[in-house]
Amino acid sequence: MSKRPWGFVVGGLLVALLLAGVVSNYASAHPDGLDSSLLRGCTVDAEGEITGGSCPAQRERDHELGDSPLADYGVRGLDNDFLSTGLSGVLGVLLTFAVGGGAFWLLRRRGAAAPDGPNGPNGPNGPNGPNSADGADGAAAPDGPNGADGADGADDPSGRGEATGDRAEAERAATAR
Amino acid sequence: METLAMHISNGIIDGPVAAVFAAFALAVLTLCVLRGRRDLDDRLAPMAGLVAAFIFAVQMLNFPILTAGVSGHLLGGALAALLVGPWVGALCVAVVLVVQALVFGDGGVAMLGLNVTNMAVLGTAAAYLLIALLLRVLPRTPAGLGVTAFVSALVSVVVAAMGFVLQYWLGGTTDLGGNLAGLAGTMAGVHLLIGVGEGLITATTVVTVAKVRPDLVYALRALKPAAPAPVVPVAGGAR
Repeated sequence: MSKRPWGFVVGGLLVALLLAGVVSNYASAHPDGLDSSLLRGCTVDAEGEITGGSCPAQRERDHELGDSPLADYGVRGLDNDFLSTGLSGVLGVLLTFAVGGGAFWLLRRRGAAAPDGPNGPNGPNGPNGPNSADGADGAAAPDGPNGADGADGADDPSGRGEATGDRAEAERAATAR
Repeated sequence: METLAMHISNGIIDGPVAAVFAAFALAVLTLCVLRGRRDLDDRLAPMAGLVAAFIFAVQMLNFPILTAGVSGHLLGGALAALLVGPWVGALCVAVVLVVQALVFGDGGVAMLGLNVTNMAVLGTAAAYLLIALLLRVLPRTPAGLGVTAFVSALVSVVVAAMGFVLQYWLGGTTDLGGNLAGLAGTMAGVHLLIGVGEGLITATTVVTVAKVRPDLVYALRALKPAAPAPVVPVAGGAR
């Protein structure tokens, strides 16, 4: 394996935090391409609420979670717009990294240091170990803790659960040895 | 405080069509998990987390476009496809959309399948098809990579916008009186301009990453220049 990515990832995260935390306050407040296309034909007030006319967006309804503490990219109860937008951006970047990074980390093919899988009792890191690293797993079912069983991992919570299950299973197998 | 709604809101597309696209999106994302795992190693996983977080950040940065009173923002499909490949890339964009819908009240939860289909699936797929083509014929220089990123990003935005037009045709809640072409024209025109912004952001970002850590650009690793292989986006090989 080549150079580790961690330094780069930390640097990139700092850039993202700066963009979401500070630069986001200078973003255009105009409706985006989708919104403006859908409002064509309607008149709107300063709040963006439709006041009349006929347009594709006229039957728009409220968001299910419009009362969430970070709804509309602001922190509820924080009156300073600059801080509110910036803080919501920072939290969003950290949350997205945690959810995405966490799920991808659990889903990854384990490196050589990973615990031995249920099918790998023939020595920890043998050539045909759980992680032959040639991308063949998934299709060839019987290998390692990371077989083709991630099927219902499409969305994060179940993906995480699935992967955690795999790991627990792997650990049980390791202790049983 | 201004409301920032960037994705399809509730009530725009009717329930049954939204449900069909939710099922479609879930099926494609499942495939992405299966295929993406072949790509996901100790190096790609943290990179994919970063790509998702970065897309979230840049999506907040609405930029003005030439049309007065209209802004655009990054969708991120091309950027993700270039940096972490099409399968994991689509998952990155989907993670961003899920977080936005569930936590930031942006894009109806019932509309999530529609938004995922347009931006994570169609946008990323269109981008990667072009990336696979262009990176093979263009020189492996910063300019070649930049042009690849710009063109694939621009096209991916227009394709995503047309995905919405298709959805509105199938299940739009307001009768446009047969004027779907009008909506399609408006969406295409506006998103062509937004695509220019997307292209510039994507090219700048990817060329910068390629300068600092070329080994972290998936597309440069996976796609061999001018190989006689067929142009099919088989990340990690289809075996």
